[in-house]
Amino acid sequence: MAAAGTCGTGTRSTGSMVAAASTNNVTSFQRRGPRASGADSGCSRLVSIAGTRPSVRNGQLLVSTGLPALDQLLGGGLAVGTVLLIEEDKYNIYSPLLFKYFLAEGIVSGHALLVASAKEDPADILQKLPAPLIDDSYKKECDEDVCSHKMEPDIKMKIAWRYQLLPKMEAGPVSSSRFGHYYDISKRIPQELIETSKWHGFFLPEKISSAFNVESCSLTPGYMKLLQFIQNIIYKEGFDGSNPQKKQKNILRIGIQNLGSPLWGDDICCTENCDTSHSLTKFLYILRGLLRTSLSACIITMPTHLIQNKAVIARVTNLSDTVVGLESFIGSEKETNPLYKDYHGLIHIRQIPRLNNLIYDISDVKDLAFKLKKKLFTIESTSSRAHGRSSCGTMLRYPTAGHVESSQTRDQTLIPCISRQIRYRWTTREIPEYIFNYISGQV
Amino acid sequence: MFPELNNLLNTTPEGAEQGKLTLLCDAKTDGSFLVHHFLSFYLKANCKVCFVALVQSFSHYNMVGQKLGVSLTTARERGQLVVLEGLKSAVDIFFRPQEEPHPLQFLREANAGDLQPLYAFVRDALEPVDCGEAAWRCPVLLVDDLSVLLSLGVGPVAVLDFVHYCRATVCREWKGNVVALVHDSGDAEDEESDVLLNGLSHQSHLILRAEGLATGFCKDVHGQLRILWRRPLQPTTPRDRSLTYQYKIQDKSVSFFAKGMSPAVL
Repeated sequence: MAAAGTCGTGTRSTGSMVAAASTNNVTSFQRRGPRASGADSGCSRLVSIAGTRPSVRNGQLLVSTGLPALDQLLGGGLAVGTVLLIEEDKYNIYSPLLFKYFLAEGIVSGHALLVASAKEDPADILQKLPAPLIDDSYKKECDEDVCSHKMEPDIKMKIAWRYQLLPKMEAGPVSSSRFGHYYDISKRIPQELIETSKWHGFFLPEKISSAFNVESCSLTPGYMKLLQFIQNIIYKEGFDGSNPQKKQKNILRIGIQNLGSPLWGDDICCTENCDTSHSLTKFLYILRGLLRTSLSACIITMPTHLIQNKAVIARVTNLSDTVVGLESFIGSEKETNPLYKDYHGLIHIRQIPRLNNLIYDISDVKDLAFKLKKKLFTIESTSSRAHGRSSCGTMLRYPTAGHVESSQTRDQTLIPCISRQIRYRWTTREIPEYIFNYISGQV
Repeated sequence: MFPELNNLLNTTPEGAEQGKLTLLCDAKTDGSFLVHHFLSFYLKANCKVCFVALVQSFSHYNMVGQKLGVSLTTARERGQLVVLEGLKSAVDIFFRPQEEPHPLQFLREANAGDLQPLYAFVRDALEPVDCGEAAWRCPVLLVDDLSVLLSLGVGPVAVLDFVHYCRATVCREWKGNVVALVHDSGDAEDEESDVLLNGLSHQSHLILRAEGLATGFCKDVHGQLRILWRRPLQPTTPRDRSLTYQYKIQDKSVSFFAKGMSPAVL
């Protein structure tokens, strides 16, 4: 192998983040793409898994978070083997939505699910997932007995009539081969989809009631049990490559709700100096170790606004890969701010990981806000709204902050980036009006 | 390694100094590019490196190393590089208890233990072996990063003790180098992190501090690097030399420029 990496930029190595299998030192995850020896085999021994795609930048295997807008903000999706930490909003209204989107995306893509909660029974959580939206222009590919939706009638296309001649049914398995779907929050997911999906639930009151021998370890028993449960599932179902007979590789989506809240037995939200102050950080570290060695992705919602010790929040952020914070306007003075009158809250991308790379996808705008419409949860940029333009639900490659998120910048998120906007979004005719508005303070 | 950073530090792989403790510190930004720099630098300098990688998996460092021109897998096979993968080892020791003391033994203990097993691992890895073939130049210990140890329940004094032991053995006895990354929590009021950072700052010969820009996020300038040369144990020292540069991280290198002289601005 040449010491000078010849395959530096062009390497697309799906699953290269996944280290060797636990039992023997043989990695079962192959690199995709030309090998370093120069032989242009290019054959991917890794069968592509439904619902995933390699990242454009570094070949990392990505899964969708369930919100295509959030996928774009995170650089294409959530990398397999990483943790997405959602800092809950104050009254925990909008973060469960992101949680449900993630799980619903897993069901639609055919991934396995692991749902852990101390508050709600995972079966109930799954019942309340949003239903996937069917696009009108093509029918959803599914078997007749699985899908209960009625097929849309053939609509005659008037303008793009050539497209009508194309076959409409996308031949594929039941699990949709698309990456990223839209969901209708007002409807529940069809029961058949839940029944055909493979899911494991961890409900803390059930697991903790049985007698357990507490090994003296500074993890609270709830976290200990959860880690053992996750490790058990990963090992038994073969997500870490320990079971090579499995013909179809799949992704395990782990969802942990309200981690760190007192319901998990952790005092970190109650007092500033608690005995178990390292429990949460240890848990995150070992969880990340589990994820890095398996084909799984994890979403965690955490009530960080309740954590008394600010140092712990910083440590938790450092121990997670992707951190997204939600800030809702309910009860805050921003509710009456005219700039925010159409939105329900702000969304802060606090951290994006650099995986297998020195750089990550950087963008420019930080003033992102979300809005919960009747059916959709959309993320938009407040600066584009201020210009009087109706912004679309899908975003351009909007920027994400690295570590530059201090308490001061939180309040300054409304200042739009004028020069950049003008350079490539606005015609000369519109500039004077916008500048006039901005200068006169009518932003 | 980044050639521009070598010029700023006035070092080359051939003429690397020995017996030094280098402290890498980041505040409000990600300073891991410095770790990649020093890892590839010392591998190119033909030193024996013990890399305690607690934050990311080995393949991450390997892929970045390939972009910088070193192959970590080759170095590991040759015996030049010894890696302790923190994430993988943590899972191993947590779920499958080992009999012999494991470097990350403290994970299983309820009370904050000390880092003796980790020090023993480092010592065994870097011990100069007298053999016929050409030995490596000098042993180097690289830790990424020490703040994770604080998160895992180890006290700051225990971490300082560990660094002290490593310095005594690696720097003093074997004339090697120690490089460690610590996060500066800034206004997060992390007392333990402050204790660790202050303690290490006083012991180190060279401090590289990567800071985010005070004005916030910028696309063309990713941060600011302050380089501080110190001579810790000599009372009659001239004033410590300090330099500040701004940098931008690119795909395969990092470009440095004087403050305000970013190519995007000029």
